[in-house]
Amino acid sequence: MNDIIRIDGLHKSFGEVKAVQDLSLKVRQGELFAFLGVNGAGKSTTISIICGQLKKDSGRVFVNGYDIDSIKGEFKTDIGVVFQSSVLDKSLTVLDNLKSRAALYGIYGEDFENKLKELSELLDFSDLLKRTVGKLSGGQRRRIDIARALLHDPRILILDEPTTGLDPQTRKLLWDVVREFQKKKNMTVFLTTHYMEEAADADYVVILDSGRIAAEGTPLELKNTYTGDFITVYSITEESVKRLGKPYEAIRDAYRIKVKNTEQATELITKFPETFKDYEITKGKMDDVFLSVTGKSLTGGNEE
Amino acid sequence: MNTLRILIGRNIKLFFKDKGMFFTSLITPLILLVLYATFLGNVFEDSFRMVIPEGVAIDDNILSGIVGGQLLSSLLAVSCVTVAFCSNMLMVQDKVTGAAMDIAMTPVKGSTLALGYYIASFTSTFIISVAAMAAGLIYISVIGWYITFSDVMFILFDVFLLVMFGTALSSVINYFLTTQGQISAVGSIVSSMYGFICGAYMPISSFGSGVQKMVSFLPGTYATSLLRNHCMGSAFDEFEDSGVPSEIVEAMRDTVDCNLYFFDKEVAVPVMYLVLGSSMLLLVGIYVLMNYRKSRRIR
Repeated sequence: MNDIIRIDGLHKSFGEVKAVQDLSLKVRQGELFAFLGVNGAGKSTTISIICGQLKKDSGRVFVNGYDIDSIKGEFKTDIGVVFQSSVLDKSLTVLDNLKSRAALYGIYGEDFENKLKELSELLDFSDLLKRTVGKLSGGQRRRIDIARALLHDPRILILDEPTTGLDPQTRKLLWDVVREFQKKKNMTVFLTTHYMEEAADADYVVILDSGRIAAEGTPLELKNTYTGDFITVYSITEESVKRLGKPYEAIRDAYRIKVKNTEQATELITKFPETFKDYEITKGKMDDVFLSVTGKSLTGGNEE
Repeated sequence: MNTLRILIGRNIKLFFKDKGMFFTSLITPLILLVLYATFLGNVFEDSFRMVIPEGVAIDDNILSGIVGGQLLSSLLAVSCVTVAFCSNMLMVQDKVTGAAMDIAMTPVKGSTLALGYYIASFTSTFIISVAAMAAGLIYISVIGWYITFSDVMFILFDVFLLVMFGTALSSVINYFLTTQGQISAVGSIVSSMYGFICGAYMPISSFGSGVQKMVSFLPGTYATSLLRNHCMGSAFDEFEDSGVPSEIVEAMRDTVDCNLYFFDKEVAVPVMYLVLGSSMLLLVGIYVLMNYRKSRRIR
């Protein structure tokens, strides 16, 4: 697989504030890449630099093999962005918005009509075309934002906290569409999110802290490195759990025992078979990884 | 070309659909109308009547035609610039809403964007100004029509030039604005100040000599004088033909700024066009240069 984005030794400061420090990463073509970090970690700065909206202090950025410093704006056709908040013209209709944005990529006339038909069916907004964007609900507007980002069939779709504040149904629809595009067109998805369950589905995760990479790997690698396994045991007494000598927590109708890894879980089960009649072994969650790496937690749009 | 056309369409639609921006742009012309309707019209008509020598019979229609021409020229002198400022606020509004960032993510050239804002703002302002001009001409035709066809063509040309100038000036100033607060501040300042400094509310000849000298450096002043000449010139000719001595008519022309002076030297109409046209070109050049530097800075 090719690297569709490559960043080498990126630095960016705003006065005394070092927003990005020696950042190097690679994003492979067609993968879902999750870029995590608390607010102010340097995610948006990095995205702005990738999109050619912000000048970097040093380092090199390659998009689809092109050094963004050595070409004009051609690489911009490779990128589609869904911003944190909608940036469409609120007093214009959905149709006018999409038409004017498509024209910026040189898409108009029949090409635009075809694209509009494809996207409106996929994202289910045919009945919204004549509606003013400012009068749409949050979920409806988000669908139009996604359509706007996909108008020119980008090779890279940057999703900057795309699902914050959306209802589960709209969130699912958005991910279904994005996944379909990803599969059908081998599109790369560059995601920043506060929802750790979305990051858990990523092919590769980079966690940014204070402008530096704090951890990176596949979700499995990160979970194995930064969290242990958990054995949830049902229908036992607390005395039995205490005898195991491992840290645990009581949950509604069971006890959750923390172990180092699956191997240790197996050893424990083999050693105390009478305790483990009804149990399950699970990996740690991405929330645990994030907490372990940064010492901070992300909970649905808020950092703690 | 299609991209530019669609972009211009988007910008014009946004201006006319944004009721706040649209009505704000009409505040200054409306103030002017109220001023004329309540007292300025009568004040000017009385002052003109007073200078008519005894024994000379002047048709009331001529006086009404002169005052109507003054109202129309004042209206156009302010609206061509203040409407341009408001309609061109879209470039700032786009920064505030994030649309500018979204547009900048596309491969469209900065020059196309800048041209899109300029042409859209020019078109919106020109439409409103021509509508105001048409309404004004209809009004004058009712109260006293002393305007020739060539006057109408010259007024249209003056409006064209002044809208080009107003759009260029607002492009250069609005370029630096980034927040809603700045939009309000600049909008208010321009709306309230421009009517005075261009001589639309009160003739420049009624200002103190220091202020007169200062405003003679402003290109908008010459646009007002051009409009005065073409809206009132033929009515003054009729005035003179009716037996009013030419010295008195000249004095009246001085009073209403048909004759304009730069440090006591009368400025001829072609020179007024030269000042307005060259300052417009200079501002357009500055705007182009600013956008060129911006595109280089981002890269």
